[in-house]
Amino acid sequence: MFKTFPKGGIHPPENKLTADKPTVILPVPKQVTVPVSQHIGAPATPVVEKGAAVLAGQVIAEAKGFVSTNIHSPVSGKVSKIDTVVDTTGYKQTAVIIDVEGDEWVTTVDRSTALEKEITLTREEIIERCRQCGLVGMGGATFPTHIKLTVPAGKSCDQVIINGVECEPFLTSDHRLMLERGAEVLTGATIIMKALGVERAVVGIEANKPDAISHLTELAREFRGITVQPLKVKYPQGGEKQLIKACTGREVPSGGLPIDVGVVVQNVGTAFAVYEAVQKNKPLVERVVTVAGKSVTNPGNFLVRIGTPVTALIEAAGGMPDDTGKVVNGGPMMGKALAITEVPVTKGTSGILLFPAVAARRAEVLPCIRCGKCSSACAMGLEPWLISVLSEKGMWDQAEKEKITDCMECGACTYTCPAKRPLLDYIRLGKSTVIRMAREKITK
Amino acid sequence: MSSTVLLTIAMLSVLGLLAAVILYFVAQKFKVVEDPRIDLVNEALPGANCGGCGYTGCRAFAEALVKSTSFEGLNCPVGGADTMGKVALILDRQAVAIEPEVAVVRCNGTPDNAARTSYYDGAMSCRIAHSLYGGTTGCHYGCLGCGDCVLACKFDAMYMDPVTELPVILDDKCVACGACVKACPRSIIELRKRNRKDRKIYVSCVNKDKGGPARKACKVACIGCGKCVKVCPYDAITMENNLAFIDSYKCKLCRKCVPECPTLAILEIGFPVKEQKPAEPAKAETN
Repeated sequence: MFKTFPKGGIHPPENKLTADKPTVILPVPKQVTVPVSQHIGAPATPVVEKGAAVLAGQVIAEAKGFVSTNIHSPVSGKVSKIDTVVDTTGYKQTAVIIDVEGDEWVTTVDRSTALEKEITLTREEIIERCRQCGLVGMGGATFPTHIKLTVPAGKSCDQVIINGVECEPFLTSDHRLMLERGAEVLTGATIIMKALGVERAVVGIEANKPDAISHLTELAREFRGITVQPLKVKYPQGGEKQLIKACTGREVPSGGLPIDVGVVVQNVGTAFAVYEAVQKNKPLVERVVTVAGKSVTNPGNFLVRIGTPVTALIEAAGGMPDDTGKVVNGGPMMGKALAITEVPVTKGTSGILLFPAVAARRAEVLPCIRCGKCSSACAMGLEPWLISVLSEKGMWDQAEKEKITDCMECGACTYTCPAKRPLLDYIRLGKSTVIRMAREKITK
Repeated sequence: MSSTVLLTIAMLSVLGLLAAVILYFVAQKFKVVEDPRIDLVNEALPGANCGGCGYTGCRAFAEALVKSTSFEGLNCPVGGADTMGKVALILDRQAVAIEPEVAVVRCNGTPDNAARTSYYDGAMSCRIAHSLYGGTTGCHYGCLGCGDCVLACKFDAMYMDPVTELPVILDDKCVACGACVKACPRSIIELRKRNRKDRKIYVSCVNKDKGGPARKACKVACIGCGKCVKVCPYDAITMENNLAFIDSYKCKLCRKCVPECPTLAILEIGFPVKEQKPAEPAKAETN
């Protein structure tokens, strides 16, 4: 009954410290910083000026190009300035900084919590609404949702998979969302099914969330075509390709997309955001963020407005512990350490983890002993030791032949390496170089 | 018995002769005509295969030299004027006077000047650190300190200073091949004209931020105030994106800009410690 993907995978300690902590709504901060690029694709263009009064839910930056989304004001108040700030990526980018005044929303937004199950919009209207409301994949990749909901010409889709795996240790924001807003998530799934014109949806949930599995199985009886698929606990099951293999047995070809095997995967967070956008006309201006760590006094799941400083989240969780050595944005496996905590929460921030310095420091790098642990851990069937060395030595052609671009950067290889080699660091460098070179070749 | 020996010798001689004739005709048929000067030029080149000339190695550069009609854009930075003179002699052409250059690290973000705001413990590679985030200081333009340039240097002319955490270039060993310039993901290293006694005046900063943030990140950052531009009598200094740049080919090393800089971002290196009279600007060596 419990399914999983066959190749590779690891079992890091789960550490789901906040699984039983109900989501707490964090008060609106005094000032928010909203970066104009919170998604994959072209940054949005700011359409408000300094001193302008904005309402919560109002568009403050418009999508530029096809792969891009709108950015909405998460609060009401006055635009203090438009400046360059450091965001969670560690790089500087343009952001709209808003001084908060009250909490006035755009009148078209329905802020009631009543469940709205009747879907009145047509397929095209749903996709247009997702575009207008600035929806992106909430799992962390932040790919604009409206593009994923548009089936490209020549391709067909017969199944939707809702990703409730949350295989990253520590993170529990999706888990809490499924428990607390399960009906909304499933309604969102139904909307996604309608947008794609499919009859079947599977919600994949790992076995370490039995309460979510039973809760959603119960609820799914009232939703046509939706089933819940319990999955064995294994990292990186939340990866699109692994989840598709686990749920349907289909294998996405190398270099292909899920749509090539007739599947579209959406995160539960995205399904909830789709529900809010379509049924309540509410743009994506808030999200659930897990704040956790072994020495955090009050770890929890917090519903925050986009643009809230990470420091406010850490305060809410009882302040930064004295022994903190690393603050990670996202999960411990794929997340990225923050250079400074004065950065805003963006659409893709799933968790803020505070690790003690002792646990966070990387160990001394030793030579590769050819044990092959990384190869057996790789869920994509690659040879991490080889491609990392090829990348280190700048042998890009060879790295391309070894399918370096198939790597999804899950970090399982680095996790298992007994010599503590920074495999993923080099693979990431090689991957970006190979992709860039391939692009240059095309444009030539 | 002797007839067997004789027969063997005769057989081998005939076979050998036959093979020689075939080989001769094959060699004639597939003969590759190569300009003999390529070999001579290749001999004259240093043979470091560093790629500083822009070609894959010395042999490729020799071919390019022989093929070309003038020395326009062709230079061996390692051998310098000496080597190019020899090559000119072989090819019976006029040698072009080429200014010798030297690599200069344009960052002074020592731990004292630029406070460290984070600690990097990923793979020791500037390219990786650069692809991850802005760096361990508040400056998103400066040196990352992982030493990609030192690894790229084939002439042992660089090392990382453990105190300043910056690369150091040994002027006497640097041949200006440009390998470090290419290796640096932040384009901090620049090739500048080599002056007499290795004297240098340059803006040791590449921060393009506005004055406030730049100064906050690093005490010795260029804040783009423009004082040096105004004081320069030779129009050698330009200001672009809040960053001053001294053109080493226009600079006459008069040192007027150095005391003007409020953040001490302009460095003077190789000059006598005692202040000289400003009336006698050191004349640049043209070699």
